[in-house]
Amino acid sequence: MTAVVTGVGVAAATGLSLSAHWEQVLEGRSAIGPITRFDSSRYPVKLAGEAGDFHTAEHVPSRIAVQTDRWTHLGLTAAAQALADAGIEPADQPEYEMAVVTASSSGGTEFGQREIHRLWSKGPDHVGAYQSIAWFYAATTGQISIRHGMRGSCGVVCTEQAGGLDAAARSRRLLSNGARMVLTGGTDASLCPYGLTAQLTTGRLSTQTDPAVAYRPFDRQADGYVPGEGGALFVMEEESAAVARGAPQIYGRLSGFASTFDPAPGSGRPPGLRRAAELALADAGLGPADIGVVFADAVGVPELDRQEAEAITALFGARGVPVTAPKTMTGRLYAGGAALDLVTAMLAVRDEVLPPTVGVVEPAPGYDLDLVLRARPAPVTAALVLARGYGGFNAAAVVTTTRS
Amino acid sequence: MTGRTAVITGIGVVAPGGTGTKAFWETLTAGRTATREISLFDAADFRSRVAAECDFDPRQEGLSPQEERRMDRAAQFAVVAAREAWADSALDRGGLRPERIGVSLGSAVGCTMGLEDEYVVLSDAGRFWEVDPTYRVPQLYGYMVPSTLAVEVAWASGAEGPVSLTSTGCTAGLDSVGAGVQMLVDGLADVVVAGATDAPISPISVACFDSIRATTPNNADPEHASRPFDLHRDGFVLGEGSAVLILEEKSAAMRRGAHIYAEIVGYANRSNAFHMTGLKPDGREMAEAIRVALRQAKLDPQAVDYINAHGSGTRQNDRHETEAFKRSLGERAYQVPVSSIKSMVGHSLGAIGSIEIAACALAIEHRVVPPTANLHHPDPECDLDYVPLTAREHDVDTVLSVGSGFGGFQSAMLLTRSGRA
Repeated sequence: MTAVVTGVGVAAATGLSLSAHWEQVLEGRSAIGPITRFDSSRYPVKLAGEAGDFHTAEHVPSRIAVQTDRWTHLGLTAAAQALADAGIEPADQPEYEMAVVTASSSGGTEFGQREIHRLWSKGPDHVGAYQSIAWFYAATTGQISIRHGMRGSCGVVCTEQAGGLDAAARSRRLLSNGARMVLTGGTDASLCPYGLTAQLTTGRLSTQTDPAVAYRPFDRQADGYVPGEGGALFVMEEESAAVARGAPQIYGRLSGFASTFDPAPGSGRPPGLRRAAELALADAGLGPADIGVVFADAVGVPELDRQEAEAITALFGARGVPVTAPKTMTGRLYAGGAALDLVTAMLAVRDEVLPPTVGVVEPAPGYDLDLVLRARPAPVTAALVLARGYGGFNAAAVVTTTRS
Repeated sequence: MTGRTAVITGIGVVAPGGTGTKAFWETLTAGRTATREISLFDAADFRSRVAAECDFDPRQEGLSPQEERRMDRAAQFAVVAAREAWADSALDRGGLRPERIGVSLGSAVGCTMGLEDEYVVLSDAGRFWEVDPTYRVPQLYGYMVPSTLAVEVAWASGAEGPVSLTSTGCTAGLDSVGAGVQMLVDGLADVVVAGATDAPISPISVACFDSIRATTPNNADPEHASRPFDLHRDGFVLGEGSAVLILEEKSAAMRRGAHIYAEIVGYANRSNAFHMTGLKPDGREMAEAIRVALRQAKLDPQAVDYINAHGSGTRQNDRHETEAFKRSLGERAYQVPVSSIKSMVGHSLGAIGSIEIAACALAIEHRVVPPTANLHHPDPECDLDYVPLTAREHDVDTVLSVGSGFGGFQSAMLLTRSGRA
């Protein structure tokens, strides 16, 4: 069973389509800027990767928009794009063979804040009828399924920032359990006062004010990441079925997945990222030498960057493989981040060009990584995508070319 | 499923009516209801003031002061249930490789109590929209992301294999066990800790169900407020709790002489793509999930001898699933006992699916079917055998358990007595 991606939708700061996103990341143009969605003067974090060009009214029918959070608006938008891109008209497909599996980190954060705020400032009668369906983590999957009449298996995976890969892995499994196509990936949007305050407690957010250097993983002065919003959803199918139905394009193959978990704090045991990468390579039937680029998790927190650099060099040797993190241009998208990396990696393999990591001024000594700081042509046939979720989640995926 | 079969070798439960699997089963077989007036907060201003609450003292249940502080109530439930499940499995934890232990937890609303409690402080009871970050607690982000629940169970289990949290609303507790079974069947782990947890009895959850009139307004008679399949039912009763199962591969479990409660032989979920909260009366998509689960288990409807219903106690649900059973099982639907334990332990959203799987495993173990409490006036449109009021001795070899939830999700799972499938 070979899983391929036949349609992609993107809603992020770098663009509201895959092509716009790809063009911007190849140019190395960061979309990080000052927070505008609310007054951030009270908070130490001033920057974000807001999906500034995204206006819900242009993409989501108002009837649905009022009953959903921004995270779902972004998800519905990416979902519709992905289906159209894949040339799939859901009404023409067997209803039970279309599945939806999305990743979510924090659900309808802004919607939830608004309703809790009403409850505590005005009383229980002021809580709206849509709180019960907008805030919970399953809202995006449910709304996509309803909007497109997809009655197959439904899933919602929450492994924080590893979610985009874990949802895709679960989707690939559904293809061998009778699903003809799966709409999968993830989005997130928690840029509201309460969402940002919660994120502050991890101590991982950058408090820099210069967008050009605020998020610089693997840099000597790395001191955190910039949060963003949005993500990607894509259509996954079995390759021969996609060919048989005359899919307009195949972006690439999803050849390997694996997930591991870090040991409990204080155990003295090694972290699990390297093992996830090894297992994903084994799942794909490939070795490190086959991988032409690594899309790093690249948290931008020195301790975590060091751990990741060690995992990469242990597997590939010192400066043994190009490493990149185009998420430096969108900020970290939580459940949407790894999903967007996956489709970006697919285009890197398709077009044989590696998108850059921006913001890095001086790579930290000792990491021994071949960081891609400018777009670089490379005859790459396979990419490894890494993702980690808060608390200890590790996920890895291998994307390969369809060229023979 | 394929060559590998998942079996249940350990059970842990935190449920209204008593903590621990033994107390849980006693509640169910006594037909005792654990629904009561809400005591977890002052609910005087709310439409529905009834809930099924756990009498749960984290310290008495073995959590340390630091664990208690760090964890939301939902996480506390899950960790206590996981520890009981591990002990019940009699597995030698020291002999297991951490890389081969997986976790598949489920939850509908995550750490909603912690999130709300902290919001009250940071917004100063709704005074500031731009909440004051000065008063933030270190675990706040952990409350915002429900994955924390899986993290805590992984730590408590020494798991370093695949760990995930499934959050498909009110079917999450079936879907998380289904995902755990898949991990095991696919060989990604040798032992999977699978279950679900929810602790939603807080003002925001009660208010949001109030606003759509989904929960019961029967505040005058809390003990009898959860009345699935009864003509006088008037909404569900919110509950809380957790159940965690230890899943192992059948041959490995047999080799070590484990006690096997049941095999999990079929699972499927489908979506109605109709409405986020509404159900069509025809039960079509739930019936499809049941059919797919039967096909996967290579069983025909005649094999089913007990149905653990979703039975939430809303009119649309009770009719919807009654139709789904008839559609998928035909005549067999009329011949087998069908019951809803939500009549006793309430509807704990995502958690209840796993709590119900625990009840199904115990029904197979003890050859007893738990009753539907409070069922005095059968709804004529619900014309199956709902086991009113009293538990029944019954040779239960194969159980069907179903769940239905917001988003339009419908799930079905099949368990059999080990050795039969």
